Amino acid sequence: MSEALLSVDGLQKHFPVTKGLLKRQVGAVKAVDGISFEVRKGETLGVVGESGCGKTTTGRLITRLIEPTGGKIVFEGRDISHMSQGKLRPLRRDVQMIFQDPYSSLNPRHTVGAIVGAPFRIQGVQTEHGVKRAVQDILALVGLNPEHYNRYPHEFSGGQRQRIGIARTLALKPKLIVADEPVSALDVSIQAQVVNLLEDLQNELDLTYVVIAHDLSVVRHISDRVAVMYLGKIVELADQKDLYKSPMHPYTNALLSAVPIPDVKGRQGRERIRLQGDVPSPLNPPPACRFHTRCWKAQEICKQVEPPLVELATGHEVACHFPENAPAKGDAPAEAGATA
Amino acid sequence: MTDEHFLDVKDLRIHFPTDDGLVKSVDGLSFHLERGKTLGIVGESGSGKSVTSLGILGLHKGGHAKISGEIWLDGEELVSASLDHVRSLRGKKMAMIFQDPLSSMHPYYSVGDQIVEAYRVHNKVTKQVARKHAIDMLDRVGIPQPERRFDSYPHEFSGGMRQRAMIAMALVNNPDLLIADEPTTALDVTVQAQILDLMRDLQRDFNAALIIITHDLGVVAELSDDILVMYGGKAIEYGTGADIFERPEHPYTWGLLGSMPRLDREPTERLLPIKGSPPSLINVPSGCAFHPRCAFEPRTHGKGKSEVPELIESEGGHLVRCHLTRDERRAIWETEIKPNLEATL
Repeated sequence: MSEALLSVDGLQKHFPVTKGLLKRQVGAVKAVDGISFEVRKGETLGVVGESGCGKTTTGRLITRLIEPTGGKIVFEGRDISHMSQGKLRPLRRDVQMIFQDPYSSLNPRHTVGAIVGAPFRIQGVQTEHGVKRAVQDILALVGLNPEHYNRYPHEFSGGQRQRIGIARTLALKPKLIVADEPVSALDVSIQAQVVNLLEDLQNELDLTYVVIAHDLSVVRHISDRVAVMYLGKIVELADQKDLYKSPMHPYTNALLSAVPIPDVKGRQGRERIRLQGDVPSPLNPPPACRFHTRCWKAQEICKQVEPPLVELATGHEVACHFPENAPAKGDAPAEAGATA
Repeated sequence: MTDEHFLDVKDLRIHFPTDDGLVKSVDGLSFHLERGKTLGIVGESGSGKSVTSLGILGLHKGGHAKISGEIWLDGEELVSASLDHVRSLRGKKMAMIFQDPLSSMHPYYSVGDQIVEAYRVHNKVTKQVARKHAIDMLDRVGIPQPERRFDSYPHEFSGGMRQRAMIAMALVNNPDLLIADEPTTALDVTVQAQILDLMRDLQRDFNAALIIITHDLGVVAELSDDILVMYGGKAIEYGTGADIFERPEHPYTWGLLGSMPRLDREPTERLLPIKGSPPSLINVPSGCAFHPRCAFEPRTHGKGKSEVPELIESEGGHLVRCHLTRDERRAIWETEIKPNLEATL
């Protein structure tokens, strides 16, 4: 097993809710509430969940665009959880972000050359044949015409703009790329192009990805391991194959069965799990297991004791009192012990 | 073709003159639909699918759009009908569910009041009667405590609840034709599943004709009897769900199927995207609009670039717009496309 590039322990982010003239704090949105995971070198970790589950906040925390309320973020052995902006600067070379919306994440008044060249200027990086040449090489790498160096973002289509955004993240040869919904704003045929590009770049440049998305099929395609989030917690974390073949958490099961399948044959036969209602507000999440209000397996214990995230099979962590597809008791810890 | 369809669209063209040239958003579209049936219209951005739906509702009337062709709804022709007449049909005869309920509901009025208003436009009843009817509708679409929720404002609802309220508003006058434009795109996947179930149940109960417009092939497969695939303002393939998903014949449909990672199959090593991007509707490519992106264009011996293919029946009502012959298309699908889609690791 390769070593961890990034590890996160008990990470929390609470956004204060204030009221009145004196901005008295009356509560907190617990966007991320105690999550732990690690990202290994060269892998792709997928993070899925519905809106409000904290996946985007997680992405912004590990890139340190925002400061955590609690917990630890360790990147390459250094604790960066509360590092100052000045000290973070060299780190920004190593950790980059791809944004969801290729329309609002590119400055419309800057040329492509200026946008992709900005990281060099900001970081004061000297390139062998000048910045222009370096930028053109990167543009070619992501499948754009290097001649378009002097064009503006509005001259490109959505898919091409997303490629510009990717080119910008690649400029300084980062070690970790956090992609927040990298394809959800794109048309289906373009989504596939960008997914393939991300995979090619990973193979060529030995990149590590954290891909945040709500689309379960895209995440399965691109990820090695997948974390499922619900209301600020990770409820299940496993290898992509295990998670999709034998999901253990009821929420993961419900999510998977809710995805519409583009096939007319299976439409009657498929067994469905239908969750009732919406995701509760993260301002006032249910106590103990946060999923108990919508869970069909919930019992008294789920309302009183929060289930910890434990490893039930090798590399398969679940936070549930009544997991499905769980191996018989006894063999799981032995296996886990053997690999450790 | 049978004598009369409930909805029959014939050679519909909706063109918009702009400073840059004529935008042919919909260019010669024909389809039909019966009561109790569902038609799915699939396409990427700019394919003309939303313009078609607005055109049926007459929402381009009185603007700059140039509309020609015929839209027959229950024996009435709508393209030549007056704006006032079409307006009187809206809500009662045909209704629409929009993508984003937050921006399509009025933020200053309570949800209940907006449903009451929609009801009283077509029914001369007192406010109390209308209120009762609206509460019944909210109950039907699965909003808990409808009496209390009647007085809530749209911002107090969650996304799924707003979409339910939107559906209640569309169905309050018991319309015969319901058009849903990307009804679940803004929703989370578990809520999307709830809304799709709801729409299926309500359609059965109300026996309405439903047109569902989306870019998501999964959503279309869940709901539709017939499917129309649009590209560059034209239908490029039209058939039953089984035609489109089990024996698709157009290279664009193949491309869409190859672009989607799927949960019901073993993952493929790589996705098979369509090269390039959707065309601009001002400079639609010559000949077949899809030819610059089509992997099989060389096999048309230059016809792809020069001639616009016709929408021709392949078999049993399955229509395809492609220069390749039926046998060529079937051979390509069986030998070159299908095995790749199902290839496993």
